Order: sequence, then structure tokens, then C-alpha cells
Amino acid sequence: MPPDAATAIAAREIVIQVLRYRPGTDREPVRQAYRVPFTDDMSVLQGLQYIKDHLDGTLSFRWSCRMAICGSCGMMIGGTPRLACMTVIREYYPGPFTVEPLAHFPIERDLVVTVGGFIKKIEGIYPYLIPKTQRRLDEGEYLQTPLQLARYETFSDCINCMLCYAACPQFGENPDFIGPGVMALLQRYNGDSRDGAQEKRMELVHTDNGAWSCTAVGYCSEVCPKQVDPANAVNQNKTRSALDYFLRFLGRPGGSGSAASGEVNP
Amino acid sequence: MSSARPYLRPVESLWWAHPPYLAYTLREATGVAVAGYALVLLAGLISLAAGKGAYEAWLGFLKTPWSLALHVLFLIGMIAHVWTWFQIMPKTMPRLALGERILPQRQITAGGLAVAAASFVIIFLIAKGTQP
Amino acid sequence: MKRSIAPLFWLPFGAGGMLAALIGPALVLITGLMAPTGIGLSPEYMSFARARAFAHHPLGKLILFGVIALFLWHGTERIYLTLRDMHAAGKLALMWLCYGAAGALTIVTLAALAVIG
Repeated sequence: MPPDAATAIAAREIVIQVLRYRPGTDREPVRQAYRVPFTDDMSVLQGLQYIKDHLDGTLSFRWSCRMAICGSCGMMIGGTPRLACMTVIREYYPGPFTVEPLAHFPIERDLVVTVGGFIKKIEGIYPYLIPKTQRRLDEGEYLQTPLQLARYETFSDCINCMLCYAACPQFGENPDFIGPGVMALLQRYNGDSRDGAQEKRMELVHTDNGAWSCTAVGYCSEVCPKQVDPANAVNQNKTRSALDYFLRFLGRPGGSGSAASGEVNP
Repeated sequence: MSSARPYLRPVESLWWAHPPYLAYTLREATGVAVAGYALVLLAGLISLAAGKGAYEAWLGFLKTPWSLALHVLFLIGMIAHVWTWFQIMPKTMPRLALGERILPQRQITAGGLAVAAASFVIIFLIAKGTQP
Repeated sequence: MKRSIAPLFWLPFGAGGMLAALIGPALVLITGLMAPTGIGLSPEYMSFARARAFAHHPLGKLILFGVIALFLWHGTERIYLTLRDMHAAGKLALMWLCYGAAGALTIVTLAALAVIG
């Protein structure tokens, strides 16, 4: 039942410490505490909405679907990168607990971070199918077996929530690192049996900001709300890139040997 | 957005020393045991090249409590290395399939650990079999 | 687009790691604990004569070089990356320090094997 119902039933309360930042007003981020009544089924997102609706209308945060599919509400909850809609307040009772913007990203305002760099990286990896062989309409669809699909399917589950970037310490040290989420998308295409542009994408992988910024911490895959396993996407490309480094001179003219680059049909 | 002033929080310099990253740092630290043990072997190889006296001095060192304690630490580091190595190994491979089924990563890990266990036994058998 | 040189060090890291995972614990037990104490293995296991014979044999040379060099390069890569995580020094300085040491020790290993003949 709603927290502001009849006083006969005392709602539990918890203090949420939110990191605020108002450009022009604050020189640096500052913690602000809010006492929020909650029920056992309330998410942290609902808690933030309560704050905005009843306590402080100036609080800014991104949200949309409230069901862990849009990727908008990523933030640091209790120091861990989580989706606010997928995190229940009761986990942190008796509290207080902290809600802060996603780590390793510049803060625009309050819990809203700058995502432009991330979007640019997505655009840079040719995030669309470039078919190996073009088929005319009358030739029918590109066919794929369930096993061929299974080889890249989890990488297509990414909702671009950027929790993995907040988790990755190497991205924190080097913002030019392509990063786990974008590498997962890259592998979604390179691993698709219909795609023929593996070498174009591998050019990005071979660089210091490609797979080689990764040190296999693995925390990215732990925090991913969709079990995409970006650590696998990055690290299997280390193997591919390393083999290609040595075997490229033996390959076809203009590129690496077929065994070394990209994903091949089973 | 004339008052836009994005604020980038500095990365904490000791991030590697706290959870959730401490486990990763400890995993990487097993490399010290691997390299350290190689250095002891290298010292033995150099002494072997130098001659009988030098080599037997190295053997004498191996018998000291310091060396035994050091090798216990090496052993702990090696075992930690084996365990964490096969946890991370499936991440470096594309999705493998057995027939029509994608092999779960934990089964690849289990397989690797089984091979390591078998290898351990085989080496012991070889050692026992090549005794003077 | 400029390729990273990381693969030069990552492949030996991987090979050394796999080798250490398969034979590391056994080797430490045998050479570091059992043979020196004589517990479970003859105390003469690593005598000078036997060690010399092993190092003279081409297979013995290969094993000695493989184990020492690969274990060294594996450990070096991890130590290098960890020192970088800790901001112990600049990236280039750390690369020269770590890979330089590993390279020098690899040459020493080859030299020792050559002297043994």
C-alpha cells in the first residue's frame, strides 16, 4: 500500500544519501540526505521518484521503462553499479545507503552522466550487419541454424546501460578504451555467421584502446543486468588479435588468416 | 545549456586494494609465485653451469627452513594460480559447442581443472619412476 | 590504425600460465619440498650428476628453458600490469623495467644452458 496511507500503519523509513551536483551552483558534488518511506516491493527508482514528487523537485535522474530493458537508470547504489528499477530498497534496510551517478563518467547534473562518448564508440564499430554475400530478394532470407545464433546471442542482449563501464577500472583509468559494452556489440556482429566485415572491426580491436586495454578483471560481466558477458567478448578477441598478430603474414593478401580473424561457421 | 559544467570525479588511486577489485589483484599476485619459482630454478641452473661446488651450495640452500617456507608460499601461489586460471580461461575462448549444445563456461573450467589434476598425478608418477 | 604490441607479451603470458597451471604445483612440490627433505622422494633425486645428465640431454634443455622462460614471462606480464594498476611508475618506464628484466634473464638462461653444453 502507498507509504503515505493511514497513520494506523507505520511505514518503514530509510535515509537515502544522494550525490547532488548542480552546475553553476555547486563547485563539486555534494551529498544530500532524504528520508524516504518505503514498502517491501519498492525499487530504488520508486524511491527517487518519491523524493522528486514529495521532497525535492530539483533532483534529476534518467529513467523510462522501469523494467530493466531500456538501460536508462544505471547508477551507483551502495557503491555498486546497478539499475535503479531493478534494485529494491529493502535490501539496504536499515540504511542509510548512497545513490550516486554512474562511476567513470562526467556528471552533467545530479544522477545524469554524459553519454556522448559511449554513443560515439558504438557508432565507430560498424554496428550493423554487412553480409558476407549479398542475397537478392528472390533468393530468400539469410539462413542461420540455432547453434550459429547461440554463438553470439548473449552479446545481442545488451541494453546499453553502461553499468559495465562503471565497473571497469581500466575504463576509469583510460576513457578512450572501447570498453566492455561496445566490444560486446562488436562481437555480436563479428560472431554472426551472416556477417562478412570481421576484419574492419578487428582493426579497432588490435589497438591499445581495443581489446588490449583490458586486464580481465571480469567485474563487468558480474554487474551486467542482462548476462551479456562482455568480459568474454573482450577476452576472446584478445586471443583472436594475438594469433592474428603473429599469423597475419601467412594469410590471404590484404588481411589475416581466416582461422585467426572473426568468427567462422561451425 | 550555457551553465553546462560536467564534473569528472577522479579515480581513486587505491581502487585495486578494495573489494570488488581486491580479488583480481590477488589473482594477479599469483604471478609473483610463478616468476619467483622460476628465479629459484634459474639460480639452480646457473649454479649447475658453474660447477659441482656451486650446485651443491644451491642444493644446500633448498634444504634450509627459509627455502622450505618459501616453497610452501610458492605452492600456495601455484595452487591459487591453477584455480583462478581455469576460471578465467573460458572467457578467452569463443563460445564452444559440443554437438548442438553450447558448452557452459563452468564445464570448461571443470574440464581444465580435471586435466590439471591428471597432469599433477602423471608428473608424480614420472618422478617416482625416475628415482635413482 | 596503430596495432598494439601487447600480443608480443600476451602469448608468452598465456603459454606460461597454461604450463604453470598444468605442472607448476607438482614441480614446486618435487624440487622445493620433497627432494630437499627426502620425504616421498629420494634425497639424491637432484644430485649433481643426475642434474648434469638431465641438462646435457636435448629434451632436458628444452624443458629447462621452456619452464624457466615461460614461467618468467607469465609472471612478468602480471607484475607489469599490476604495477601499472598501482601507478608505481609511468607506462614506458614499467615496460622497460619489467620486460627488460625478463629479457635479460631469458638470455642468462640460454647462456647457462650453453655453458653446460
